[in-house]
Amino acid sequence: MSSAAIDHAHDHDHHHGPAKGISRWLFTTNHKDIGTLYLWFSFAMFLLGGTFALVIRAELFQPGLQFVEPNFFNQMTTMHGLVMVFGAVMPAFVGLANWMIPLMIGAPDMALPRMNNWSFWILPFAFTLMVSTLFMEGGGPNFGWTFYAPLSTTYAPDSVTYFIFAVHIMGASSIMGAINVIATILNMRAPGMTLMKMPLFVWTWLITAYLLIAVMPVLAGVVTMMLFDIHFGTSFFNAAGGGDPVLFQHLFWFFGHPEVYIMILPAFGIVSAIIPTFARKRLFGYDSMVYATASIAFLSFIVWAHHMFTVGMPLAGQLFFMYATMLIAVPTGVKVFNWVATMFRGAMTFETPMLFAIAFVVLFTIGGFTGVMLAITPADFQYHDTYFVVAHFHYVLVPGAVFSLMAAAYYWLPKWTGYMYDETLGKLHFWMSFVGVNLLFFPQHFLGLAGMPRRIPDYALQFANFNWISSVGAFLFGFSQLILLLVVIKCIRGGKKATAQVWEGAQGLEWTVPSPAPYHTFETPPDPSLIKAQ
Amino acid sequence: MTKNVAKGNNKKLAVKLLFAVVGMFAFGFALVPLYDVICDITGLNGKTGGRVEVAEAGQLIEEDREVTVQFIAHQNVEMGWEFKPSANQMRVKPGEVHVVHYRVSNPRDTLMVGQAIPSVAPNAAAGHLNKIECFCFAEQPLQAGETVDMALRFFVDPRLPEEITKLTLSYTLYDITEKSKTAAVASR
Repeated sequence: MSSAAIDHAHDHDHHHGPAKGISRWLFTTNHKDIGTLYLWFSFAMFLLGGTFALVIRAELFQPGLQFVEPNFFNQMTTMHGLVMVFGAVMPAFVGLANWMIPLMIGAPDMALPRMNNWSFWILPFAFTLMVSTLFMEGGGPNFGWTFYAPLSTTYAPDSVTYFIFAVHIMGASSIMGAINVIATILNMRAPGMTLMKMPLFVWTWLITAYLLIAVMPVLAGVVTMMLFDIHFGTSFFNAAGGGDPVLFQHLFWFFGHPEVYIMILPAFGIVSAIIPTFARKRLFGYDSMVYATASIAFLSFIVWAHHMFTVGMPLAGQLFFMYATMLIAVPTGVKVFNWVATMFRGAMTFETPMLFAIAFVVLFTIGGFTGVMLAITPADFQYHDTYFVVAHFHYVLVPGAVFSLMAAAYYWLPKWTGYMYDETLGKLHFWMSFVGVNLLFFPQHFLGLAGMPRRIPDYALQFANFNWISSVGAFLFGFSQLILLLVVIKCIRGGKKATAQVWEGAQGLEWTVPSPAPYHTFETPPDPSLIKAQ
Repeated sequence: MTKNVAKGNNKKLAVKLLFAVVGMFAFGFALVPLYDVICDITGLNGKTGGRVEVAEAGQLIEEDREVTVQFIAHQNVEMGWEFKPSANQMRVKPGEVHVVHYRVSNPRDTLMVGQAIPSVAPNAAAGHLNKIECFCFAEQPLQAGETVDMALRFFVDPRLPEEITKLTLSYTLYDITEKSKTAAVASR
């Protein structure tokens, strides 16, 4: 067949809407469909991982062992972490990238649509494989989401092999997603959309995609080494055979630290889109935002050992990793100041996306400050593996990354569905989440400073009160997420019609197409005069 | 036309990025030997070097300096052997060759194979504890109920930094019966 014929068939296709029935979703190469699939999948995983978290908080509601055995508790902490990181937060950002990047840069679709389909559809298999281990003899992974060897090799349950393959598959999915994002951003921008005119969400995703390509293969390598150690008698991490368990930690955190930024950089992009809209001002310091993102990405590669200060490191190493880690506070501070300066003397209104975005700025900064505390090596010896660490990373991930995702959902929902969401329910969702999340995680700082270790199903009596508060907050936060589900379903079914621009102060190409965004957009590039500097 | 050009570019870029992915996968594995090299150079993790020739020993004995060498013996969980050095510590002059015996016995009723892994603290001393003969260089098979005195012949390098006056040599004994059996079957 000649390429002209293919092109013709392709063009012909475009005049039709989506295919009917299940095959629309199975075989789709449309970036909007795939974005929707990613978003629903990640929401389902968010509820699943949240259920695991509620098992943990139910057990910790009172001292003593109430509901679950310690081994099952360990499986819950492990699966909660894995499902939330790889199943909820990462796919949600990929979903947003799919939906919004082509719309923001004036491209007709993602660069590699078939691979796009593939990278989504392998994910459900990965998670079925991983979650099914919970029903196997010996139980699922119980070694923590960081799966340190030899807990995950010599002492692992038999189901660990399923876990390894699941990680391989989700790694492949992330890598394909990242390649697609880079190819789309570098090759598919509309004429006039120069790099420094791109919305920050696109910029942060471009940098995130490079991080994914750099570190997901290392993670794949680590789990492959585990596989060899378990089944083929090698000794990468086995001291008896000349290997070294500490090597595992170095390799894992070489992946793990950039991974942390993979989960937060797109969040920075979302907040940088929402705050200017509702402050009705241009983003303050666009260029510095781009450079700050790039610096954070670079620094993320040279700070990994701050996760393992207590393994025994020479003083020079401890000092290096301490100072390098603290240096990250500088570009992050630039961002926080820029957001605040954008709001300063703006004509602000407080719709639900803005509420989530402002909460993000405040609460993420709290998480950032505890991060600086943890970076202080001598102090880290006290905080290491306590609830202080748990409080720290949940502050940056839940009211950080997850709040940004909710802000994004409310912000773009009218563009996706064509209807305005229920503002009253949205505000209710925000306030219940805000109160819940702080009740849940703030007391954990005190628990950690007082010495409560993480990953243990029981605790000493003096920790009872704060744990009680934390568990109440957990159930409040967890159940209020059902409001989000309700809002989304209501918004899909109808409501007040949304205009193309949706928000009074919204700027950017995605607001020039009608709401809901048609199945195919920007088949001819947008008028360059629509593309303004940020 | 432009559409086809864009498609070609996308494919080219995707292939380039795929190479980067493969490269990073390989880099992950390259980190393993790299880690060992860095540990060897810096003495991190207390890794000691391999066998040292006798000729290198006793070249120069520092008569007016003494350091304390402490010996620790552990075994990995549930191994159930007895494992003890003949002395808990020794005062040695740098350059002098000394011998310590470690007594091991296997009280179980089956043949077991052990492997001892050394570690030296402080890290800076790791490269200066030289072993002429050591049971840790080989696997140690012990019949049921067997007891053996295993020798360690060593000297402290005179180049040991001045400020170090005490160093600790720790052995951890691992049960490698399973691994060693598979190796034996494989070599047959």
